[in-house]
This record gives sequence, structure tokens and C-alpha cells, in this order.
Amino acid sequence: MLQMSNELIEFVLVSVALLAIGIYGLAVKRNAIRMLFAIEMIVNAANLNIVAFSRFIPNSQGQTLALFSIAIAAAEVAVGLALIIVAYRMYKNIDIADFRSLKG
Amino acid sequence: MADAVFLAISVLTIGSAIAALEIRSMIYGSIALMVTLAGVAGFFLLLDAPFVAMFQISVYVGSIAVLILFTVMLVRRELIFNKIEDPRRRYAGIGLMIVIMLGIGTIIIGSGIKSMEVDAPAVDFREIGKDFLTYYSPALVVMGLILASAVIGALTLARREDVTDEQRTD
Repeated sequence: MLQMSNELIEFVLVSVALLAIGIYGLAVKRNAIRMLFAIEMIVNAANLNIVAFSRFIPNSQGQTLALFSIAIAAAEVAVGLALIIVAYRMYKNIDIADFRSLKG
Repeated sequence: MADAVFLAISVLTIGSAIAALEIRSMIYGSIALMVTLAGVAGFFLLLDAPFVAMFQISVYVGSIAVLILFTVMLVRRELIFNKIEDPRRRYAGIGLMIVIMLGIGTIIIGSGIKSMEVDAPAVDFREIGKDFLTYYSPALVVMGLILASAVIGALTLARREDVTDEQRTD
């Protein structure tokens, strides 16, 4: 395979950057679909971290865990988008500040 | 030291991650998200995990991004281009991002993982397939059930008749 010339810390730092961008999006954006983007970035940062550590330990369980994690994230996105569509039909908006029927 | 391929992929990934959140049109935003996910797949290739990389491309770039694009296109046009956020909250968010980056970054750089080196050969992906079908087979079945129930739940949620359905008029 490819010659391994990169160090673990570089992958981990990229993963930290993705995580920070995702948290920024989750904290600032009020658009529900953009918040889903941010969640995807955080999940991908976690997967990148897992695979990087499993390459450097090295073992194969990390890759297996990453595969499971990707599949579960796919299910989560499907349900999340369905919820957004339902909320959009009810409120005619995707601003999460407008979704307030659960508010007491 | 990082090589050129790594630097190119990391610039592409992080730049398109920022673009996905900040571009005004959400359609271009979802395309930028697609580029981010493909960049993460490139990292998996660099990490000698071609099986995970192909899975990432087929699941994320292939299905999730298309699903998000369709959802974005179902939404009214002025909502796609509308940017709703509080400027003070935005500055607080940027501050939070920088604090997280610097904080976790210093912890990681200060920790001992800089000295970790790999000399072992990469894990063969045939072993992962074997693991999936032997040791992890109950987990695989449970994952299939979770996926099926999530898809069925999403369909029933999106097809509900009792929520008002008048967006065709505008």
C-alpha cells in the first residue's frame, strides 16, 4: 500500500479542527439543515480519529468500529431529515427558533 | 513530516467544511459538505483503510449527500438563501471554536502521541470482512435491524397525513 509518511498527530489535529468547526456550526446556526451538516462533521471527525488510532496501534477493530459508526450515522441522518421535513410542513420554516410547540 | 497529498486533502476538507456552513446558498453548502466527506475518505485512504474509504464514499457521498440535496430542494427558495443568525452569537461561536481548537490542540501536542510511530504493515481488509462475518455477526444483524427500523421510521414520519400539507400553493 501507500508509504506511510504522515504522523498520527497530524490526523488528530485535522480531526480536532473538524470537531471545532462542527461545534461552531451547532452553536451558531439556527437553520435545521445546517445543524445537520455540523453534526455530520462531528461524526466524521470521530471516525477519522478512530481510524487514525487503529492504524497506529495497529489493529483491525478500529476500522470495524468506524464501519459500524458510518452505518449508524446514515440511519441518524435519514431520521433527522424526516423530522426536518415534518417540522417544515407544520411550521413552513426550518428555523429551529420557530419550532416551539414543545415549549411549555 | 506531512507530505503534499496530506496537506492538499486537509486544506480541501477544512475549507469545504467552513464553506458548507458559511456559503449563502444551501445547495452549494450541501455540495461543499459532499467535498468534506470525500476528503475524509481520502484521509482513510492515506491511513491504509481502503475498505472504510470505499464505505464512506458509497454511504456518505453517494446516499446521504443526495438525501440532503433533495431535502434542501424541497424547502422554499427564500428559506434556502435566508441566513438567520444573531451576530453576537456568531462571535461567541467563533470564540468557542478557537478555544476548542487551541485547548484540545495544546493537550494533544503536549501529550505523548507525537512519538508514536508505525512500523507494522497495514491491516488487510480481508480480515475486517472475516471479523464482520464471524465475531461481529450479531452486531452486524443488529445494525441491519437498526437501519431497517430507521428507514421505516423516516418513511412513516415523512408520510404523515395529519400535518398540514399546503406548500404546493406557494
